[in-house]
Amino acid sequence: MALERSEVEKIAHLARLGLNEGDIPQTTETLNSILGLIDQMQAVDTQGIEPLAHPLEATQRLRADVVNESNQRDVYQAIAPAVESGLYLVPKVIE
Amino acid sequence: MHQLTLAEIARGLADKQFSAEELSRSLLARIAQLDPQLNSFITVTEDLAIEQAKAADARRAAGENGALLGAPIAHKDLFCTDGVLTSCGSKILTGFKAPYDATVVEKLKAVGTVTLGKLNMDEFAMGSANESSHYGPVKNPWDLTRVPGGSSGGSAAAVAARLLPAATGTDTGGSIRQPAALTNLTGIKPTYGRVSRWGMIAYASSLDQGGPLARTAEDCALLLGAMAGFDSKDSTSVDQPVDDYLAALAQPLAGLRIGLPKEYFGAGLDARIGEKIMAVVEELKKLGATVKDISLPNMQHAIPAYYVIAPAEASSNLSRFDGVRFGYRCENPKDLQDLYKRSRGEGFGAEVKRRIMVGTYALSAGYYDAYYIKAQQIRRLIKNDFVAAFKDVDVILGPTTPNLAWKLGEKNADPVSAYLEDIYTITANLAGIPGLSMPAGFVDGLPVGVQLLGNYFQEGRLLNVAHQYQQVSDWHKQAPKGF
Repeated sequence: MALERSEVEKIAHLARLGLNEGDIPQTTETLNSILGLIDQMQAVDTQGIEPLAHPLEATQRLRADVVNESNQRDVYQAIAPAVESGLYLVPKVIE
Repeated sequence: MHQLTLAEIARGLADKQFSAEELSRSLLARIAQLDPQLNSFITVTEDLAIEQAKAADARRAAGENGALLGAPIAHKDLFCTDGVLTSCGSKILTGFKAPYDATVVEKLKAVGTVTLGKLNMDEFAMGSANESSHYGPVKNPWDLTRVPGGSSGGSAAAVAARLLPAATGTDTGGSIRQPAALTNLTGIKPTYGRVSRWGMIAYASSLDQGGPLARTAEDCALLLGAMAGFDSKDSTSVDQPVDDYLAALAQPLAGLRIGLPKEYFGAGLDARIGEKIMAVVEELKKLGATVKDISLPNMQHAIPAYYVIAPAEASSNLSRFDGVRFGYRCENPKDLQDLYKRSRGEGFGAEVKRRIMVGTYALSAGYYDAYYIKAQQIRRLIKNDFVAAFKDVDVILGPTTPNLAWKLGEKNADPVSAYLEDIYTITANLAGIPGLSMPAGFVDGLPVGVQLLGNYFQEGRLLNVAHQYQQVSDWHKQAPKGF
């Protein structure tokens, strides 16, 4: 099944990726070639096979519900693109 | 001094033939002189290295004698290093000085290693040629017109060129073993969960594993022993003691059962590589190993399954790069959507965008079962093949790569052709078993790697087989001309 340009634009939107207009035809072609590779899976009989999510079949380890991190806001905000008074700055969201 | 292995450095430092500071200064000078040809480093941390080397010398003067105390190494640039640029080979992490050390970095610091810098890599570890880095491609020291492999291509090129004795890498689909093979090194991807992923920037979390690249199996054993172990900060870290990898090296190979999977020697393998692999098998037989033909019938489905699972996990992991909390932000965003889209569109390179989009598509409504679940079912079939095979054999042996190092740019036009180069390595990631690549000779002056796969937590056995082979061969001692 080949992707159309409009589907590529929709996927890019879902992934919040801005694509250049001029790159879309090439991107569409490459994605279709990758999907062609992936579609080879459909020939495999996997009836009744349990999906494997974790190689060792481990389950999530739990820990005691206690505070084990200190607040490091200043350290983490020192590397942010834009902050003010301890807040991350983004363009206005609410008019 | 640059020809010394980690084990030889340990002896030299213990015998006071040289100090850690002298050694580091000598290698830093070598990096400054030779790396412009290779582009293996993204950041050289000269001041930090000298400071750490002096501290290591002081610890040694005070009576400490650890094997890695004062040993110079460098990290693949996806291990977070406190206060040092951690770029992941991407524009989107421009200016990202990590606010903490990865567990691997912390553990290696604790035993006294000296960090010479951060090594180039494919952007977000997505690639097999180290050509997708924002910081430019890395060249193979065996032939500067060829790729060193990827994604740990900077690690491989730097160690192969004797700029340093060993380096860290990561392996999601072959990213330690394949570059090790293409540059004449030994590298090991441990069992999933053996080395902490905390502070290692994630690509595909159910596949990613850190490990060492070095010039000998012995050095890999030294470094892996220091990197491995349980870490409560990594939710998939395995809580079981780390084997004594150095002690395992000396075990004789008499009685070792080697499996040769027929799928690894079929069409697609460069016949000249196949001959080198079979010559290694003959040597191992002389050391007492027995050989059995086996089959891993689902190997052929591994690439399609991998290129669903890895991009799906990547599309989720890489959503954290949003232009808000760290890294690159586009100029003058008109609204929040524009900020996200342009920061990510401008910050990620072409291959990363492709994989994010493939993953987004595979996980999107209506396609989840057909792609993601299907891929996970195939993943179990691949694991089952190995479980069955390891009932009869101790290690599985085959080529690491189907082809020799290719020319820079040769596979750029068609990403799928580069994906196919991962055919022999990605099954170990899907199954979570350990895999090692070691030198097996040369074809047309280019290195060939032989791969050993072991059952879960059999890293010691793989290192043992490689070490014993390296006692009766000298491929691993060959250095590229000019280095």
